Amino acid sequence: MSEAVAVLAPAPPLANVAEARFAGPRALTLDSGQVLPELTVAYTTYGELNAARSNAVLVCHALSLDQHVASDNPVTGRPGWWDLMVGPGKVFDTRRFFIICANVVGGCMGTTGPKDINPATGQSYGLSFPVITIGDMVKAEAMLLDRLGIAELLCVVGGSMGGMQVLEWMATYPERVVSAMPIATAAKHSAQNIAFHEVGRQAIMADPDWCGGDYQRHGVVPSKGLAVARMAAHITYLSEAALQRKFGRTLQDRQHFSYAFDADFQVESYLRHQGRSFVERFDANSYLYITRAMDYFDLAADHGGVLAGAFGKLKSRVCVASFTSDWLFPTAESKKIVHALNAAAANVSFVEFATDTGHDAFLLDVPEMFATFGGFVSSAADHRGVKRVG
Amino acid sequence: MAHLSQDLAVIADMVLPGTRVLDVGCGDGALLEHLARTKNVDGRGVELSQAGVNACVARGLSVVQGDADSDLADYPTGAFDYVILGQTIQATRYPRTVLQQMVRIGRHGIVSLPNFAHWRMRTSLLGRGRMPVTRALPNAWYDTPNIHMCSVRDFSELAQELKLTIDRVVSLRGGKPHAVKPFSISANLFAEQAIFLLRGA
Repeated sequence: MSEAVAVLAPAPPLANVAEARFAGPRALTLDSGQVLPELTVAYTTYGELNAARSNAVLVCHALSLDQHVASDNPVTGRPGWWDLMVGPGKVFDTRRFFIICANVVGGCMGTTGPKDINPATGQSYGLSFPVITIGDMVKAEAMLLDRLGIAELLCVVGGSMGGMQVLEWMATYPERVVSAMPIATAAKHSAQNIAFHEVGRQAIMADPDWCGGDYQRHGVVPSKGLAVARMAAHITYLSEAALQRKFGRTLQDRQHFSYAFDADFQVESYLRHQGRSFVERFDANSYLYITRAMDYFDLAADHGGVLAGAFGKLKSRVCVASFTSDWLFPTAESKKIVHALNAAAANVSFVEFATDTGHDAFLLDVPEMFATFGGFVSSAADHRGVKRVG
Repeated sequence: MAHLSQDLAVIADMVLPGTRVLDVGCGDGALLEHLARTKNVDGRGVELSQAGVNACVARGLSVVQGDADSDLADYPTGAFDYVILGQTIQATRYPRTVLQQMVRIGRHGIVSLPNFAHWRMRTSLLGRGRMPVTRALPNAWYDTPNIHMCSVRDFSELAQELKLTIDRVVSLRGGKPHAVKPFSISANLFAEQAIFLLRGA
């Protein structure tokens, strides 16, 4: 995902950056049957947990994002990816709610992933890291909440892969979820989405510096492969209209074609920049593992092929949201979720926002989205008796 | 709480307490909220406008953005006790299909509609030769969302043709509700609006 553009510049909320360590022979048993003997979960919180422990909001991050939701990212120095949504007076008001976001299992921002040391060998995991699933990510989040003494989530929210985690939460821990907001997501990864991920993975693996996944030991980084993976993926997060509006056929710092393969066009230069900056903050093997987790996601398959079966015990209020120009996770996918929730007689709302900015719209300044989400969260909090601010 | 319009008050009166209700074209959710508060109704809504959906969601109601023509097919059969079409049927593209969906999804259907055969409409068309613009139908012909206008009698005939049972008809006349018969000549002349309580075969 691209980082959200900060339109306003208010003081970011006070962030508490922390880690939770889980040890023991079977710290986390994964869906694959393999175990992680040691697990560190890196997370950030904003605001304060109230005495009733009823104001916790879990934000689940997307593929290429991390736990730095609303405070400056320590690696890039840029504002948090959802600082338009999380902060004092915003949709997720940090004066009213206790916001938690954890880096996913397999990630590279502090939570245990392929670049960390395998305690069995004393070497980096690399490709010996077990394949993880969306379910495993959610299991680790649940362990973190247990550690924090939080039994119930006022809201669990996320876009894209974050939305997959939200759906998994609704299916696996329905009793812990008061309200849920799966945004720009799907109950299963489509063939087209798997195909795009495969292009990205093949780009990484085709880079000689990938070294069969063992690049850390060789002291190199498959930066070219990872950059190409990011460039291809980034196109899928935008829309044709947004690319046309932003770049058109405008040339980059020149009046005429170079008649060579430099970045003549602005759009090329932009994509190259996206690729380069991604390499500085993301681990190539993490990218392989996390894209795989998304590919494997199919919530209906886990419930006898019937998606409604995943939501049988759900009492939560749910707000499903999509964007008109999102062709990666199109509205039709959100409607399938809504259909299943209706079939399970769940309390579901659905809204489709009109924007031309594509899949990444959920990270951007969409006032209608803020209005809907704000109303939804605030009414869930009122219903649950969470005190209003002021 | 917002005051209910008269047709919504009549609709609310038809709904039994403790039931499940789907309000198609629920607007800002006034009826659903009223039913939840006064009759312990478990309600859901369908609404086309973003503003309406936002208002509903902020009220804590469960509302799906969508339209009657395309989205009712997604609802399971017999999922609701009542499916309500409040001032909605005349704005749908396929009123017949929508009515069939209504009685498939709900055990009962409630439809309120403006009566195009009201005497004011008749005199407007007859006397002035213009499409009527009235309190119940305030839009000019070119910007009205109402594309399938009908009279009380027209609707009664369609219900009969679709083999729906008409359990009750209430007319609003001068803002006051009156129980009427589906094919009553005077209702067709004097009802500004009519509210039908229906059942499938």
